[in-house]
Amino acid sequence: MSTTHEEHSHHEQSFITKYVFSQDHKMIAKQFLITGFLMGFIGMMMSVLFRLQLGWPGESFPILTFLLGENWAPDGVLTPDKYLALVTIHGTIMVFFLLTAGLSGTFSNLLIPLQLGARDMASGFLNMLSYWFFFLSSIIMLISLGVEGGPASAGWTIYPPLSALPQAIPGSGLGMTLWLVSMAIFIVSSLLGSLNYIVTILNLRTKGMKMTRMPLTIWAFLITAILGVLTFPVLLSAALLLIFDRSFETSFYLSDIVVAGTALDFNGGSPILFEHLFWFLGHPEVYIVLLPSLGLTSEIISVNARKPIFGYRAMIGSMLTIAFISIIVWGHHMFVTGMNPFLGAVFTFTTLLVAIPSAVKVFNYLTTLWKGNIRFTPAMLFAVGLISTFISGGLTGLILGDSALDINVHDTYFVVGHFHIVMGLSAVFGMYAGAYHWFPKLFGRMMNHNLGKAHFWLTITSVYGVFLPMHFIGLAGVPRRYYSNSAFPLFDSFIDLNEIVSAFAILAAFAQVLFFINFVYSALRGPKATQNPWDSNTLEWTTPVEHIHGNWPGEIPAVHRWPYDYSKPGAASDFIPQTVPLSEYEKDEGH
Amino acid sequence: MSANTHAVDAKTAWGGGGKAPFGMSYGKMMMWFFLVSDALTFAGFLASYGFMRHRFYDIWPSAENVFTHFPFMHGDHPLIYVALMTFILIMSSVTMVLAVEAGHRMDKKGVSFWMGMTIIGGLIFVGSQAWEWYHFIHGTEWGAIEMGVGNFTMPDGSVKQTSGLMARWANETKDILALPWKDLSGEYIKVSGTQVAEIVNNGKEVFGANMVRNEYGHPLFANFFFFITGFHGTHVFSGVVLNFIIFLNVLKGTYQKRGHYEMVEKVGLYWHFVDLVWVFVFTFFYLV
Repeated sequence: MSTTHEEHSHHEQSFITKYVFSQDHKMIAKQFLITGFLMGFIGMMMSVLFRLQLGWPGESFPILTFLLGENWAPDGVLTPDKYLALVTIHGTIMVFFLLTAGLSGTFSNLLIPLQLGARDMASGFLNMLSYWFFFLSSIIMLISLGVEGGPASAGWTIYPPLSALPQAIPGSGLGMTLWLVSMAIFIVSSLLGSLNYIVTILNLRTKGMKMTRMPLTIWAFLITAILGVLTFPVLLSAALLLIFDRSFETSFYLSDIVVAGTALDFNGGSPILFEHLFWFLGHPEVYIVLLPSLGLTSEIISVNARKPIFGYRAMIGSMLTIAFISIIVWGHHMFVTGMNPFLGAVFTFTTLLVAIPSAVKVFNYLTTLWKGNIRFTPAMLFAVGLISTFISGGLTGLILGDSALDINVHDTYFVVGHFHIVMGLSAVFGMYAGAYHWFPKLFGRMMNHNLGKAHFWLTITSVYGVFLPMHFIGLAGVPRRYYSNSAFPLFDSFIDLNEIVSAFAILAAFAQVLFFINFVYSALRGPKATQNPWDSNTLEWTTPVEHIHGNWPGEIPAVHRWPYDYSKPGAASDFIPQTVPLSEYEKDEGH
Repeated sequence: MSANTHAVDAKTAWGGGGKAPFGMSYGKMMMWFFLVSDALTFAGFLASYGFMRHRFYDIWPSAENVFTHFPFMHGDHPLIYVALMTFILIMSSVTMVLAVEAGHRMDKKGVSFWMGMTIIGGLIFVGSQAWEWYHFIHGTEWGAIEMGVGNFTMPDGSVKQTSGLMARWANETKDILALPWKDLSGEYIKVSGTQVAEIVNNGKEVFGANMVRNEYGHPLFANFFFFITGFHGTHVFSGVVLNFIIFLNVLKGTYQKRGHYEMVEKVGLYWHFVDLVWVFVFTFFYLV
C-alpha cells in the first residue's frame, strides 16, 4: 500500500488525469466549487427572471423573450407554466446543486485531508466518481430545461399527483422524468461523497489529531455527512415509489383521480405518504445545507477575532443535537395536511427544541467576537453576516414551528422570506466566507479585499431588501408560487412592495458579478499568497502553496494541541499552530 | 483493501500515525455506513407499507390465504414454501460466516467451498422467489370477483362501500363468497345465496395479480408485494454477483497472495445485511 501511493505521487500526470478525471481531493474540490457556483449563478438568474413577473405582472420585458425564447415568454411576458418551471428549478438547483453538492463537495474535499493531516481522501476513485455523478446530474437537470413541455414544474418538493401523473401539467411529462433521473444520480453522488468524508475523518487522522482536537469545520462536515447518509436514502425510497406510480400504474400515492372526465385506475394511495417520506429528508436537508456553513464560520470567526472559539465542546454538542432533532421534526412542514392536532403538538415541541442548540451556537459566536481584535476580511464579513441572517431568520422560525401560528401563514411569502434568510442566505454567506478564506489554499493567490467588501455590503443590503418585505407580504396572506396576484383586489396594495423586492433582487444579482470578476481575475492574476496568510493554527496552512499530490512534501506533521490557541497569554505570537508541542506549563492544563 | 491490522498499518505508514476506531480498515467502515444508508431505504419502504396496511387494516389480505402453494404438492400449505426459502437464505448466511472464518485461517480451500455454498443458497433463494412471483401473478384457478361500485349490506345489517374490492370464492363449488372485510375473530365474512348472485352480476372476474388489481384484495397489497420483494430480490441478486466475483478471485488465489481475506469479509457484511432485511420483510409481509 504505502509504496504504491508513493509511486503515484511521482507519476507524471496527463492533462486528463490531472484536470479532468482527477483523483486528487484538491482538484475535485475546485471542480465542485466551480460547478456549484455555475449552477448557483443559473439558479440566481432564474430568480431574477420570475421576479420580473412578480414585480411587474404582465408587463412586457423583451429581454425575457431574448433569453428564454418565444415558447417560454411570448411578447416579453413569462407564461404561467414556465413561471412554475423556473420556480421549481430555481429551488432544486439552489438547495441540492449549489448548497448540498457545491458547498459540502468543495469544502469537505478541500479541508478534510488538509486539516486532518491525510495525504488524500480514503478512496480517491470514489471521490472522483462522486464528482462526475454530480456533474452528470447537473447536466441532466439543465437538459430538462429544453425538453418539450418544459422542465418539472411541481415545485422543488414535487408533490404528487402533479409529479405522479405525466398528463397532469406540461412539466409533468419528460421534464419530471429527467428531474427524477437527475436526482437519483445526485443521491448516488451524495452517498459516495458522504461515505468518503466519514471514513476519512474517522480513519485517516494524523498522529495526535484526537477527535477533540479536530477543527469545528471537520466536525461540521462529519455530522453533515452522517446526516446525509441517514436521510438521502429515504428520499430515494420516495422517488422510487413515485417512479413506479408514474410508469407502472401502481397506486402508492394516487387514489380516485379523474382527469379530463375519465376516472383513472388508481385506488387507495395517499399523497400524504409522499410528503412524510419527502420531508424525512427534506428537513434534515436544511441542516445538511447549513451545518457546513456553520463549521466554516466557526473557524473563520476564531481566526479573525484572534480568540479561541468560545465553547468548543458546546459547539460540537449543539451540532450533534441539531442533527439529531432535525430527524424528528419533519411534520412541521405538514401542519395543514389534516394532521392530528396532537401529532401537530408533538412536532411543534420537537421543532421548538431546535432553538436551544441554535442559540448555543449564536451566543458562542457572539462571545467569541466579544472584545476580540477583529480583522474585517471579506471572509470575516460574510461570517458575521451569517450570524445576522441566522438570528433574523431563526426568529421567524419560531412562528412557523408552532402549529397554531403556522396554519395562518402556511404557504405564504412569510415562509419564503423565512427559509431564504435562515437557510439560503446563511448557507450562501458561509460558502462565500469559505471561498474568500480558503481561496489562497485553493488557487495559491489572494482575492481583492476591497472588491470583496463591496460585494459583501451590496449583497447583505440587497438580500435583506428582498426577503424582509416578504414577511409583511406573507402576513397579509399573499400565497407563494402564484403566477400573479392581480386577480385578488385584496393584494393590490402590495404591488409597490413587490416592485421594491424585485428591484433589490436585480441589485443582488449584480452584486454577485463583483464576486465573479474578483474570483476569476484573482485566480489568474491575483497577488501570490503566502503560506499562512491569515496567521491560522490549522494544518492546511503548513502545506506548500503550490499543490502537490500527497499534500506534504515530507512527513505529515504531528498534532499536539487543539486548533484554537489564539492570543494565548504568555505566548510569543498571537497564534500557536497545532504542530507546536505543548510547553511544560501547558501540559498541566490538560489539553 | 486489507485485513484489520494490515490495512491500518499500511495507511498509518502513508498517513502519519492516526488511530482508526475499532482498528477497522476504512473499506470495512465504508461498507458499514453504506449498509446503514441502505437500511434506511428499506425502512422507508417498510414504513410506507405499514402506513398503508394500517389505513386499510380491515380489508388487507392475510398472507396465509394468499401464499398457499408448494411445488409438486396439492392442497393448502400456508407459508410453508416461504418458510423454506427463508431457511435457505439464513443457512447461506451461516455458510458465509464459515467462509470468513476459513479466511482468517488462510484456508483457501475452505473459503472457496463455503463461498460456493453461499452462492448456491443465494441462487436457490432468487429462483424460489421467481417461482413465488409466478404463482402470485398467475393466481388461483377460481379467481375472484371485483365488487361493483355501490353500497353493500353486510349479513349483520351494516352498510359498507364496495368500490373496487375483491370478494373471493370460499369453496370449489363457487357458491359462497368470502368478503374482504373481516369479522371480530379475524375470519373473512362469508355470504351465499342472493347476495352472491348480486355481487357476481355487478362485478367483474379477476384472475391473478398485476400492478393495477389482484384477486387477493387491495391493489396496494400487490403493489407493495412486487415492490418490496422485488427490491430485496435485486439486492440478493447483486449480492450473488458480488459473491461470485469474489469467489473467482479466491479461486485465482488473489487474497492468498495479498495475505488476507478482508474482501470476503466485506461482501459477507453485505450478504448478512440482505438476509437480515429479509427477516424483516418476512415478518411484516408474511407473518404479521
